[in-house]
Amino acid sequence: MKPRRPLHPFLFLAPTALVLGLFFFWPLAIVLKNSFYRWDLLTPPEYVGLSNYALLLSSGELVGTVVRTLSYSVVVVAVSLALGLGLAVALDRPGRLYAFVRGAVFSAYVVSWVAVALLWMWILDADGGLLSTLLRKLGLPVVSWLGDPRVALFALAGVSIWKITGYSMVIFLAGLQDIPRSLHEAAALDGAGPLQRFRHVTWPMLRPSAAFVGTTSLILSFQAFDVVRVMTQGGPVKSTTVFVYAIYEHVFVNLRVGRASALTVVFFVFLLLLTALQLWAWRLGTARTGRA
Amino acid sequence: MQERWSVGKLAASWFVLLAVALLWLGPYAWMVLTSLRTLPEIVAAPAWPLPKSIQFEAYREVLHAIPVGRYFLNTVAMALGIAVLQILLALPAGYALAKLHFTGKKVAFALVLACLLIPAQVTFVPVFTMLGSVGLVNTMGALVLPFGVSALGTFLVRQALLSVPDEMIEAARLDGASELRIIYGLLAPMLRPTLASLFLFSFVFHYNDYFWPLVMTTDDEVRTLPLAVALLREQGTGVRWHIVMAGNVILSLPVLALFAAVQRQILRAVTARA
Repeated sequence: MKPRRPLHPFLFLAPTALVLGLFFFWPLAIVLKNSFYRWDLLTPPEYVGLSNYALLLSSGELVGTVVRTLSYSVVVVAVSLALGLGLAVALDRPGRLYAFVRGAVFSAYVVSWVAVALLWMWILDADGGLLSTLLRKLGLPVVSWLGDPRVALFALAGVSIWKITGYSMVIFLAGLQDIPRSLHEAAALDGAGPLQRFRHVTWPMLRPSAAFVGTTSLILSFQAFDVVRVMTQGGPVKSTTVFVYAIYEHVFVNLRVGRASALTVVFFVFLLLLTALQLWAWRLGTARTGRA
Repeated sequence: MQERWSVGKLAASWFVLLAVALLWLGPYAWMVLTSLRTLPEIVAAPAWPLPKSIQFEAYREVLHAIPVGRYFLNTVAMALGIAVLQILLALPAGYALAKLHFTGKKVAFALVLACLLIPAQVTFVPVFTMLGSVGLVNTMGALVLPFGVSALGTFLVRQALLSVPDEMIEAARLDGASELRIIYGLLAPMLRPTLASLFLFSFVFHYNDYFWPLVMTTDDEVRTLPLAVALLREQGTGVRWHIVMAGNVILSLPVLALFAAVQRQILRAVTARA
């Protein structure tokens, strides 16, 4: 449509452009610029070229951060995806009871990360926590879930899985609604058992949902922060220092804006790569179903 | 075609149901139970048995330790401000992107989409120093303004407006309605489901948000509830899980109540993205 006045479209977009420019694009440019400087927020910044990046590489911090963030994300995504799929198939039944249980699982996704993190800190508490008490009653050894550097990252992953499984379950449930009943009935008439029907009917139809949930939760897990800040503050011995927590720590604990910015640039490049992976997976997911 | 359910299958289904309910409702139950205990009970037998009587001591401690009312109002004001601003700004922008011809439209739309790739975790350091230089750190402005535009919201509004016929807008123009009147008076009511899910999603997300208020505030005046509850654990000494859990109940209850009330809309908001 022709705008009434030639200036109208620009006027309507002006507030949006202002906010996006000021709080998205401009800061992105500044992050890039800051990554070439040494700056402690107090004294004037000093140009240091690529040395922030060089330090991140030579100290092993970058590799460590990438490995920790990826291990956490992959575990969270793989397990929450599998659990969500299983729950969706098991709970896709009519009736109030099923609706209530579905709601209970999804409610964890709605509650704040802070609440979930604090709740699980108490459950995992080595002295009086619910889990430790149960393990002790069963005569099993009690693990220091958040105190052992080999375990802590995966304890956090477990908590995150508890929180976001409801999300993947809901997406899979929506995907299940789109499968025509006639497909299942036809397969059953052909003598396909439940497992065969899942493999040849349900799963191919759910593949786009899986691609969607898998990639979106991968990108979100990659940005994890709250659960780390509340439960472990990156410890013990850095074992839970994922990307965003590392950036936060450099700025607010060590006052190293330059190093933080260099880390942010690398983090952003990873996010772009994950988005490329996402677009590729979506295309693949829909293309396959198109044929099925 | 009705399948017959064998006893074994029925038992298996009940087992799954019970296990799932226990796994997801158990932690909530324990949170509430802990919050109703007293300090001696927690120290003596933290996990079991059930508390002998219901005690609100922990809640009194929370109210004593932090100004819950003010934090709650801060949090709601912030989340409400963000959600309302996002809708108010997404409507004219979406209208221009969906309905009006102008040079640079494709570029403008691409730039909005590009913002989907830039999370707050990437921009917070420059935004922090920028807001600091104009004295906005520790104000409501620092909490609300950076989220005034939702790229996703603008996109969703634009998509929804694409399906509104041009003739409708032409007719309103002939009737002498101003453009703003068309946007907010005619189109906004037609987009009610989209706007409602946008509002809910944004409100709940920002009510729960921990990262941004943590980074942008140090002052009690503008602190939000998630920050204050997280601080309950860090402050003070000794066993205080009953107090922390009481804070947790206060923090989660409004969201859970909202979820129970508008579960269908929230589920639609989440699945609409897929």
